[in-house]
Amino acid sequence: MTLAQTVRVAALQGDEAVAEAVRQCDVDVVAAYPITPQTIIVEKLAEFVADGRFAGEFVPVESEHSALSACVGASATGARVFTATSSQGLAYMHEMLYNASGMRLPIVMAVANRALSAPLVLNADHSDMMGSRDCGWIQVYAENVEEIYDRTIQMFKLSEDPRVMLPSALNFEGFILSHDKERVRLLEEAPIRNFLGRPRPKYRLDPDAPMTFGAIATPDSYYEFRMQQAEAMKATLGVFEEVERDFEKFSGRRYGAVDAYNTDRADRLMVINGSAGGTMRAAARALNAAGENVGVLAIKLYRPFPVDEVLSHLSRCKTVITMDRSISLGAQSGPISEDIKSALLGAGENKPVMSVTYGIGGRDLLIDDGKKIFGMAKDGLQDGAGNMMYGVKG
Amino acid sequence: LSWKELEEGAVVKGGTSVSYIVSGWRVNRPVINEAKCTNCLICWIYCPEPAIVRHEGGKVTIDYDHCKGCGICEAECPPKAIAMVKEQ
Repeated sequence: MTLAQTVRVAALQGDEAVAEAVRQCDVDVVAAYPITPQTIIVEKLAEFVADGRFAGEFVPVESEHSALSACVGASATGARVFTATSSQGLAYMHEMLYNASGMRLPIVMAVANRALSAPLVLNADHSDMMGSRDCGWIQVYAENVEEIYDRTIQMFKLSEDPRVMLPSALNFEGFILSHDKERVRLLEEAPIRNFLGRPRPKYRLDPDAPMTFGAIATPDSYYEFRMQQAEAMKATLGVFEEVERDFEKFSGRRYGAVDAYNTDRADRLMVINGSAGGTMRAAARALNAAGENVGVLAIKLYRPFPVDEVLSHLSRCKTVITMDRSISLGAQSGPISEDIKSALLGAGENKPVMSVTYGIGGRDLLIDDGKKIFGMAKDGLQDGAGNMMYGVKG
Repeated sequence: LSWKELEEGAVVKGGTSVSYIVSGWRVNRPVINEAKCTNCLICWIYCPEPAIVRHEGGKVTIDYDHCKGCGICEAECPPKAIAMVKEQ
């Protein structure tokens, strides 16, 4: 089969792309509760079921806590399981997030990122997922709708790998990506299913051979179970690369754990994740065309954090600009900034880091904003620029 | 056990609580007064553990290996046939 035959082009919203990928991935169970801006995913999947286009079980639940609980039970039987949420819904799932990862269940979840209440807002920032950052789930941030589609497929392969067996959260910003209609080159179903195979867990719930998942531990063993998860996260880095390589073989598409633009030459390097990566590349290209020398490192795989790969791109620049679309209130800077500073310190590299918070509660970040931020770092860091709330009305 | 030896996901065979003896948790133990017991099985229904054992003919006894001494059986027994007695 040639690549051209595997492709069909459609205009899809980010949420629609997720639902389409789930339909194609031979998913057995979906348990989900609708929440803006993830709603279209749940609506589309329910529509597929009603139209007889999705053979999996769709479980309409009364809350997100129940949604993920149903997913945990279904996944423990060895089924391929999907859910989707956002903001308050993810917060409501919080305790079940740890059960899913602790029981090593390869559930895949789409998170249409949205800021948290109060005050109530429907628009995007990354505070929802960052608030559950340490929950033991693989976390990927997509940049455009086609990547959302591709990553949904990849996440099943990654999570279900016997060396991984960890749940995955695919993040994309609410409205900016969830409702944005873009050109997507859809893949045929057969090569997707061939790529994925079927989940083959070591243990599964079976009435004829009863098993307990997530049994009680004591201080004598709990730490060791966490150590296993930490090791699985480490192994995920290598498996992620394999999954991308195998996906590329039939799709012709590959993204990397990071996307690097001009990192080998730039004097100022911006580190960012999510949809703003593309916007900032456009800003950087415009500046470079005018004789400046800046670069952008977009982090796609956030947990596990690909620290060695990130560091390899940070070695050349004089100044690092970190961009966080979430606030860690009371901390010195946002989570991405803390990760970057920790990576630099761990490698013995001492270079100035300008920590920028942006886009909170759906505030736009445009190409001109990118140019301004690069400009602020031009002559070294100004006083007070070490942790900047960009775009806040002062 | 080392982290390399434990089963991932804390997966164990089912039914292991049978071999887990909780009698040491008790402060008070339930004692059935057979003269008062009407074999109504209310204690058997209310016991949160499988610690009330039902025998043929309806007679009940207590499985002290799995009784945590919560006292629900005493509180629920209609003829007041169960008394919580301090463990020695």
